[in-house]
Amino acid sequence: MSEHSNIRELKNVLEAALLTSPEPLSLDDMARLFAERMERTTLRMLLDELKQDWDARTMELVQVATGYRFQARAEYSVFLARLNPEKQSKYSRAVMETLAIIAYRQPVTRGDIEEIRGVAVNPNVMRQLLERDWVDVVGQREVPGRPSLYATTKHFLDDLNLRSLADLPPMEEFTRQEIQLDL
Amino acid sequence: MIETPLNAKIKGEAFTQLPQDLYIPPDALEVYLDAFEGPLDLLLYLIRKHNLNILDIPMADLTRQYMVYVDKMHAIKLELAGDYLLMSAMLIEIKSRFLLPKPADVESEQDPRAELVRRLMEYEAIKLAAQKIDEMPKVGEDISVASAYYQQISEVKPPEFSLDDLAEAWRNVLKRASHFTHHKVGKAELSVREHMSLILRRLKADNLLEFSELFDVVQDGIPKLVVCFLAILELAREGLLRITQQAPFSPIYVQLNSHE
Repeated sequence: MSEHSNIRELKNVLEAALLTSPEPLSLDDMARLFAERMERTTLRMLLDELKQDWDARTMELVQVATGYRFQARAEYSVFLARLNPEKQSKYSRAVMETLAIIAYRQPVTRGDIEEIRGVAVNPNVMRQLLERDWVDVVGQREVPGRPSLYATTKHFLDDLNLRSLADLPPMEEFTRQEIQLDL
Repeated sequence: MIETPLNAKIKGEAFTQLPQDLYIPPDALEVYLDAFEGPLDLLLYLIRKHNLNILDIPMADLTRQYMVYVDKMHAIKLELAGDYLLMSAMLIEIKSRFLLPKPADVESEQDPRAELVRRLMEYEAIKLAAQKIDEMPKVGEDISVASAYYQQISEVKPPEFSLDDLAEAWRNVLKRASHFTHHKVGKAELSVREHMSLILRRLKADNLLEFSELFDVVQDGIPKLVVCFLAILELAREGLLRITQQAPFSPIYVQLNSHE
């Protein structure tokens, strides 16, 4: 195949790379597919077209935090789940609440998390989030004891189908009616 | 918010009642510790579900409960119980402040409930955010990422090779050959073409040979070594051989140039 021959072939190269890549591909990754220089705007245009090409098909091209990937459309997850009947155990409320605090209030220390939840942070909870590569330590707060500052990772965004933290549901949605404590 | 009734047994009796107020029977404490994520969670539940007014707390009961817990501290989960006790103590403090007559000139004092309300609201928001994140589709659960199979291949670049390296290798062959010089000039018929075939045949058998292996410096005299070298150059020129070297001064390899 002669390179840069036509748009159809360029899209085919991108498609083959995206379908076989175990991780999302960034624009830089995809530029490396071609021997000649490839402008990012050209790539974006090609990806846009590719996305439309797959419009009525089983896979969709989505953009997440670390790049682009093909994934099965949501309506097939019911069927695909039957291939792996071993249902993944749910994370506990403690894990999810800790994750939510790190996601919305990052970077936070263990102390910040305890302040919001009103209970001590179980080391097990932190370990589960670190092992899943959803959070990591991004630094230390310059106070006595130099506690670690936790933040969510790009992998967390990838796994939740998000491009950035801004795609998370806005926090304002969650504050319900005022709490009245007086008579 | 917890909607499902508890399913626990205390002293053999089914215990399914969620608390109605802040008084927790000592026997039920461990059950509640598991059901709620902490005192803020319990307090939020009581306020939202039972319209608990925190000024309306039974102080005597709470104080008694407090003392019982302190007695039982060694038996129950100290850390978690401690969080609940702190909350009880804080509520009692808030209420006692309200019971005391306020001097008229200290009007600016901050409402002691304000901080508690702020914490409750923040916790509730996080709690709902956690539920939202939990419900979002995730890779490995509801999102299946495409992963067509392909054999990982990487582009192999032929090693850099210069004529100087080849000349240097040749000089080494000659140098070694000089150690085995016999004072006998052979009259053997030397044919570059013959050597070319010889080399091709050897490479067919061995596929890949080191450059120096093609020269028998012990047996062959310099004229034969020269012919052998010429044969290699000729084969390379005709594109029948591929000569490669990974790095300068590293061994030079010779192999058949299959197709291409």
